Amino acid sequence: MKYTVFKGLFIFSLWPQWVLACDGDCGSRWALLDPKGPIAAHEKGLIITAFALMLLVVIPVIFMTVAFAWKYRASNKKAQYAPNWDNSHKIEAVVWAVPAVIVAILAALVWKSSHELNPYRPIQSAAKPVQVQVVSMNWKWLFIYPELGIASVNRLVIPAGVPVSFKITSDAVMSSFFIPQLGGQIYAMAGMQTRLQLVADQPGSYQGLNTQFNGDGFAGMHFETVAASSQDFESWVAQVKHGATPLNETTFKALEIPSENVSPRYFSSVEPQLFERILQKYLPNAEAGQTGRHGMTPAM
Amino acid sequence: MQETLFGKLTLSAIPYDNPIVMGAIGGATAMGLLVLGLITYFGKWGYLWKEWFTSVDHKKVGVMYIALAFIMLLRGFADALMMRMQQAIAQGGVHGYLPPDHYDQIFSAHGTIMIIFVAMPFFIGLMNLVVPLQIGARDVAYPFLNSVSFWLTASSAALVMISLGVGDFSHAGWSGYPPLSENQFSPGPGVDYWIWSLQLGGIGTLMTGINFFVTILRMRAPGMTMMKLPVFSWTILVTNVLIMLSFPVLTVALALLTLDRYLGMHFFTNDLGGNQMMFLNLFWIWGHPEVYIVILPAFGMFSEVVSTFSGKRLFGYTSMVYATVAIAVLSFVVWLHHFFTMGAGANVNAFFGIATMVIAVPTGVKVFNWLFTMYKGRVEFTTPVLWTLGFIITFCIGGMTGVLLSVPPADFVLHNSEFLVAHFHNMLIPGALFGYFAGYAFWFPKAFGFRLDEKWGKRAFWLWLVGFYLAFMPLYALGFMGMPRRLVHYDNPAWQPYLLVAAAGTLVILAAIVCQAVQLVVSIRNRESLRDVTGDPWNGRTLEWAVASPPPFYNFAHIPKIETLDAFTDMKERGVAYEAPAAYQDIHMPKNTAVGVVLGGVAFVFGFSMIWHIWWLALGATVGAIGALVLRSADDSVDYILPAQEVARLERERRQLLAAHEQSGASADSHLAHQG
Repeated sequence: MKYTVFKGLFIFSLWPQWVLACDGDCGSRWALLDPKGPIAAHEKGLIITAFALMLLVVIPVIFMTVAFAWKYRASNKKAQYAPNWDNSHKIEAVVWAVPAVIVAILAALVWKSSHELNPYRPIQSAAKPVQVQVVSMNWKWLFIYPELGIASVNRLVIPAGVPVSFKITSDAVMSSFFIPQLGGQIYAMAGMQTRLQLVADQPGSYQGLNTQFNGDGFAGMHFETVAASSQDFESWVAQVKHGATPLNETTFKALEIPSENVSPRYFSSVEPQLFERILQKYLPNAEAGQTGRHGMTPAM
Repeated sequence: MQETLFGKLTLSAIPYDNPIVMGAIGGATAMGLLVLGLITYFGKWGYLWKEWFTSVDHKKVGVMYIALAFIMLLRGFADALMMRMQQAIAQGGVHGYLPPDHYDQIFSAHGTIMIIFVAMPFFIGLMNLVVPLQIGARDVAYPFLNSVSFWLTASSAALVMISLGVGDFSHAGWSGYPPLSENQFSPGPGVDYWIWSLQLGGIGTLMTGINFFVTILRMRAPGMTMMKLPVFSWTILVTNVLIMLSFPVLTVALALLTLDRYLGMHFFTNDLGGNQMMFLNLFWIWGHPEVYIVILPAFGMFSEVVSTFSGKRLFGYTSMVYATVAIAVLSFVVWLHHFFTMGAGANVNAFFGIATMVIAVPTGVKVFNWLFTMYKGRVEFTTPVLWTLGFIITFCIGGMTGVLLSVPPADFVLHNSEFLVAHFHNMLIPGALFGYFAGYAFWFPKAFGFRLDEKWGKRAFWLWLVGFYLAFMPLYALGFMGMPRRLVHYDNPAWQPYLLVAAAGTLVILAAIVCQAVQLVVSIRNRESLRDVTGDPWNGRTLEWAVASPPPFYNFAHIPKIETLDAFTDMKERGVAYEAPAAYQDIHMPKNTAVGVVLGGVAFVFGFSMIWHIWWLALGATVGAIGALVLRSADDSVDYILPAQEVARLERERRQLLAAHEQSGASADSHLAHQG
């Protein structure tokens, strides 16, 4: 790989890793460096590339700082002293051009990657994406599976290898929905719908987070993401459907009461259009239906 | 009845039952009482009132600003220490010593205080002290306004301090995002404390911005064209343009939030047509330029320090000026990078990402220009130079992580994490604070006539530098481990060792701050041996070094005519630096006034009564403020003439002192000797 050298430098720069012994859990310790899906892998590659490009200028600058200061220290009378030398077109050209060139390369990278990794852009796959509607509540995550008619709180179960298409909103304050090993985050905002596309390459358990501080229960507002094989996923769905608790008006009202450090739970059925109604709740013209402000517009 | 008299304020607003809060109140009160007691014991109230509080002299206003910044630094740092200790222990079954309710206030107060009541007053203080001297002016354009600005800032800092003991501070973060900061989710007085302290302090800052903008444009010494303006004054000019353009946006954003909270309007609420993201846009349209407002002055200070202590002209002055202006312009088109994760779409994100990284170009140019200023120079490793070198190296790392965050898809995984926390501290501590510390050591002798102790200064520098790396490098690593910011508690045991290192770093910084306090005490005690009689302790290059230290209240007995950049070096080379003019002239001076203090006090009362909904008192304070302004406007005796003979007498005294000093040959570092 062409990145090997830079990657080595980059990993090395995270020096504390080398100070501490690995406790057998190294895989997920460096969540951002251990992607389990193509989106996260792409984002990791981008960080390493950008980091490497910048080292091209930053390392010489740090070296020059130390070298110039030392060579031209006041006690070194052998060094040349030119108190009135204050301009050089050659140096000026270089110091404007070098950062400009690097930024131009990075800018191209930004343009390309912003479109490629647009969270609204569907993931190319033979498999049909699973739909999940995410609702941020004080202080837990509600996951609704509209096609399957089930829901869960604080545990997101998805089939591995199948793209997941998320629609995200909030029933309270703003939060940010993030599964570091699968890909980047996006805000959950009341009255607005954001979208995210993720896929897990392999079965496993991944940390899910709210990263946006949203009140006293913030620290406990995380969830487990379980990527299961298709078989396991199907049997999980069947199991949940056999459960006793439906997500209806009564149970939803109970869920809306602020609570902290909520353990995972499941709902055997979901009232249709629940997600849409949560969105509508905050819109000024609820009866007018789809108003223009229905979420952020994806620019594709 | 009680509600009419006291609004929402009841005795239960004082958190008697919380030992940690009461301890903090006890500590702050004890320190306050100690200071007040000492002033009373030494009978200095009259002196302070006459010479300082009512002064409209820019140098004294500047010193008061810096004193305020140092006091608030102690408070902001105490908050930092508490957060780091909490995160160092609160893992798994251990929940630490701070409940979420208290922890949330601490990080909200830490951010607000460090930006608004440490960084802002610190650079505004240095700017007050230096800029009029550097441009050859006798004072600022509006000396009275300057006093009002300071007292507004001081009274809003007092509001934040009083929130410790009466009610609570905001729980919604220093950026106060709605809907969390709306009544529905934050019904208490905390957010109101945050609103009114930002609002009143912001108005003070805005007036300062206008004041210095006019001062630099209109009051430069004859011959000082814009391209002969010293680079520190250039960065200050640009900073004040940023203040004038951005602070009104903050004022409006806060005013709209105030309407939501006080009158039940719906600008940023979830329902009835409100949109929280409008607040985020407005807040960061102020907030991003604000970053450059605190960093550009530090860039100017580094420039002065590098050039002076390399004994050499600044390399690429013209480039520096254009780079400063470019940064200022670009700072207005990057605000959206604070919320790439809003889902604005690829084109919008790419635009703001690219605009953000473009700022790296002029910033990089500045770094290179500082390096080439040292090149072929004679670099003296004084404390200000150490701050500068520490800054350049550390800032490069922060710049790099900043560019990384400006790549939107990279930001998707790094946003809101400890990586982000590490990044902005990596910009603001070396980029702003180190600059101010360099400026503090550099210009301290100008303000007080003696230098700061170098030994303790260097100790403070090394401890700050090591402490910084220990405290913030682990946070970068934690970002890659997926740790969100602002956590009061966490379950992942892998994070804890890094947080322990970070906590240790904070303790090293504590030692650094102690060294700075010791440095001040030692320097005052040894002031005779650190005395600078010449007014020019560093072989300075700009006009502020041409006058005595401390400067006479009228600054310049005779306004010099400027021929070149580095005007004072030029005057020394031509042998005219200390030449007496043929004749002195009368000097028109402003009188001291108590109206600034009164307006500050009234603003405090207004803010406090608005926070607690004590409407009659708020109304009374408003009437008081208008009354004070009317009385001030009607007062015709606001200035006086200092007669030429008096100027001549004062200047003769200074000349005799200089001559005696030169004859005794007392100090080897006297640069007068070089003049011949």
